[in-house]
Amino acid sequence: MVPLSWYLLLAAALFGIGLFGVLVRRNAIAVLLGIELMLNAVNINLVSFWRYSDVLTSMSGQVFSIIVFAVAAAEVSVGLALVISVYRRRNTVIADELDMLKW
Amino acid sequence: MTGAQIIFLMVAAFTLLSAVMVVTTRNLVHAALWLVSTLFGVAVVYALLNANFIAVVQVVVYIGAIAILFIFAVMLTRKDMRDSGPQINKNWWAGALVAMLTFAGLAFLLSGWSGFSKTAAELPAGFDSISLLGESLVSPEAYVLPFEVASVLLLAALVGAVYVAFNPSKK
Repeated sequence: MVPLSWYLLLAAALFGIGLFGVLVRRNAIAVLLGIELMLNAVNINLVSFWRYSDVLTSMSGQVFSIIVFAVAAAEVSVGLALVISVYRRRNTVIADELDMLKW
Repeated sequence: MTGAQIIFLMVAAFTLLSAVMVVTTRNLVHAALWLVSTLFGVAVVYALLNANFIAVVQVVVYIGAIAILFIFAVMLTRKDMRDSGPQINKNWWAGALVAMLTFAGLAFLLSGWSGFSKTAAELPAGFDSISLLGESLVSPEAYVLPFEVASVLLLAALVGAVYVAFNPSKK
């Protein structure tokens, strides 16, 4: 049987990779891809804590992960709408070039 | 090493390799397709954890809707069909350092926790997680309020997305 630690380390590694993507990618859509990886890492944690808890009939872990799904869908739809709107006005999606607020 | 462990290691290696490709591939369409493969690996992880409903939702919602939305957005925002210039910024080493430190910190924190190497109890015979999940989503003693709030959030986000992406100059 696989111990809980393996799932937690897999989720931590996936979170680290997603964080790397968010921090270093220049394209705004690639940054959103990194955020999706981080949300998935959180979901792996929630579901594995449900499976390894002593009270399997308490479904909190799975319910939380479904709410994370809904939040991820909301986040990605608003994020991509912002990216498309910015592309229409500034003709770029490179995060470095969107520096109107920088002086 | 048992069969379950070998399967887990293969799935984990596949998932992490695809995730690394997502953040390092130059071509954004390829990155979105690698995201599909990462999400599929995560769905297999859910199936290994006996969370069948979550695994199906992962395939339908994440791969079927979110990843396809990404591919649409990539195609709508490209000047030409190739990517020019560097895809990662010049402080990438700092980002790599922060990501490594986050992973090391998480691993260190978790290794000090008493339940770290816990093993799972066997599922009882006839255990039906899907009906339990459905009941807890609509039962007033459990999670009906967060469930409804999440649906209002989704509606608000979709209306907001339509408003933000709407182009008033074109009728």
